[in-house]
Amino acid sequence: MARGESDAAREARPGAWRERLASLVFDPRVRGIALQAVLVVAIVAFAYEIVSNVTDNLARQQIASGFGFLERTAGFDISQRLIAYSNTMTYGRAFLVGLTNTLLVAGLGIVLATFIGFAVGIARLSSNAVISSLAAIYIEVLRNIPPLLMLFAIYFAVLKGLPDPRNSVVLPFSSYINVRGLTVPKPLMAPGFDAFAIAVLIGLGLVAALAIWSRRHRLATGRTAPVVPLAVAILLGAPAAAYAVAGMPFTFEAPTLGRFNVTGGLTLLPELVALTTGLTLYTAAFIAENVRSGIEGVPKGQTEAAAALGLSRAQAMRLVIVPQALRIIVPPLTNQYLNLTKNSSLAVAIGYPDLVSVFSGTILNQTNQAIEVILITMAVYLVLSIATSLLMNWFNARMALVER
Amino acid sequence: MRPPGRLSASVDDRPATPTGSLAIELRKVSKWYGDFQVLREVDLEVHRGERIVVCGPSGSGKSTLIRCINRLEEHRSGTIWVEGEELTSDLRRIEKIRSEVGMVFQSFNLFPHLTVLDNLCLAPQWVRRLPRAEAERNALALLARVKISEQAMKYPGQLSGGQQQRAAIARALCMNPRIMLFDEPTSALDPEMVKEVLEVMSELAEQGMTMMVVTHEMGFARAVADRVVFMDEGEIVEDAPPEEFFSNPRSERTRQFLSQILDH
Repeated sequence: MARGESDAAREARPGAWRERLASLVFDPRVRGIALQAVLVVAIVAFAYEIVSNVTDNLARQQIASGFGFLERTAGFDISQRLIAYSNTMTYGRAFLVGLTNTLLVAGLGIVLATFIGFAVGIARLSSNAVISSLAAIYIEVLRNIPPLLMLFAIYFAVLKGLPDPRNSVVLPFSSYINVRGLTVPKPLMAPGFDAFAIAVLIGLGLVAALAIWSRRHRLATGRTAPVVPLAVAILLGAPAAAYAVAGMPFTFEAPTLGRFNVTGGLTLLPELVALTTGLTLYTAAFIAENVRSGIEGVPKGQTEAAAALGLSRAQAMRLVIVPQALRIIVPPLTNQYLNLTKNSSLAVAIGYPDLVSVFSGTILNQTNQAIEVILITMAVYLVLSIATSLLMNWFNARMALVER
Repeated sequence: MRPPGRLSASVDDRPATPTGSLAIELRKVSKWYGDFQVLREVDLEVHRGERIVVCGPSGSGKSTLIRCINRLEEHRSGTIWVEGEELTSDLRRIEKIRSEVGMVFQSFNLFPHLTVLDNLCLAPQWVRRLPRAEAERNALALLARVKISEQAMKYPGQLSGGQQQRAAIARALCMNPRIMLFDEPTSALDPEMVKEVLEVMSELAEQGMTMMVVTHEMGFARAVADRVVFMDEGEIVEDAPPEEFFSNPRSERTRQFLSQILDH
């Protein structure tokens, strides 16, 4: 095309429309939109095919659909309940029991795995050969065993070896350990409980105030005050004092050892112990590796600069290295939290009543409403995972370094 | 505490000329990396208030030498005394010596997660146990002396190379060191920023700070140094005042080195 040619002249030239068509075909924007349009049409067609197929099949097999079943009576018992539940309540209630049980395991597992993971990860970098090789063995063994196998090992090989209820191990304060779990006295509220609760809250408030004071004191004088023993004393002392002053505001229901079982009291199920321990130990091995690589990812010059200023190794770690390592550690840590939450569905293998076991197991079997049950279960895990991710992304954004 | 706002350690209580006792003394110091000997029985005396420039080809052991003085590197044999204290593996003594010896690195090594002000206050607060207000006052005074007061609340990533290196010098000075070590402080800088850093260092030298500087800036050596030390293959080959070092070097290796870096 000649330079300086006007638009009108170009219009008038024969073959101009073909040239314009070619320039459309080779325009990346036009190509992009066209490709996406084709893809959307294909996906909608595929989804329509699936939905119509499923509705046909359900109708043919005369399976009910819809979410009405959640209102029907469940009629089965659940061995661990964090909220009130009995077998006369609805499927919807049973779903909530399963959900809270999943949240309990995931929450406990995430907190414990984070502590163990950080400890093992830092131990892995210790200059002490014994400590670092123990940490290395822990990591290499635990992260290379399938988590399901670990649950079996803990549940069947360790916890199933406990004595039967008749031969329970008797602990102080009428507590018992046997193959059905650890049973301890159950606190029951009595008059005066409010005063006790308030005392506990005041104790927590005092500890928070102490933490703030200790920081102010350090900034003002440069010295650190020994506040940890004082905090522990307040945390233990305030409830104890309130308990005595308020005239023992709750009593304990002591479990009794019967012929076949321990009745009454609070029982910690072996299934919960096995699942929490298994998931924690397994995930902690991965977190330890994240922590190690995060710390090693901080440039060596940072350690040298901290040392050259006279900071001790522990101070350098706490004030300089770990704060910078966190921004490398947090994204893969989020993955581990999500993995732990999703792996908690292995509960079904050892009979812990989690969401999958109660809802996608028992309730699905009783109602046959597979599609609704599975969709709800998937949605729950999706919501949990997205919530975890959002929280961790917010934390990570706070950790990010400021560049120009 | 010495009064804030002074760039250097106090000069009044110690002689500025090499007549007082020794700030740094090395006797037959050797070090190996595997089979490779980086330091060969190095002997060196640095008097209080003396400014020493260390130069030499890369791999000659000059960085290793000054990194041994605050034990970022451990020497294998021989003895090092810093301000009369012998460097041993005793951690408490190492931490004490490190808090008396400031170090400036080629790559600045500011803490990127802290503001410039927090970079300066960190060690005085945690090692010297100064109240925050006092640490901040000293830090701001030093930032004014290195002419980057307005950068106090910024993060290192927001500063230019020259500003970062000046902040790093101020960070080392916050601990009121008796000795300052510089490990190629201008090698990572763009040419137009070298001058601002050298100016700060010259000012520091004028105030009587004991300094050991590894650098290829021969102009700085000529203007500021009391002695220039030339190292090659782990040995001190030449140790002379700058006028003598540049005009009449004794060894052939020094002459070769000088002709390489001066004739271009």
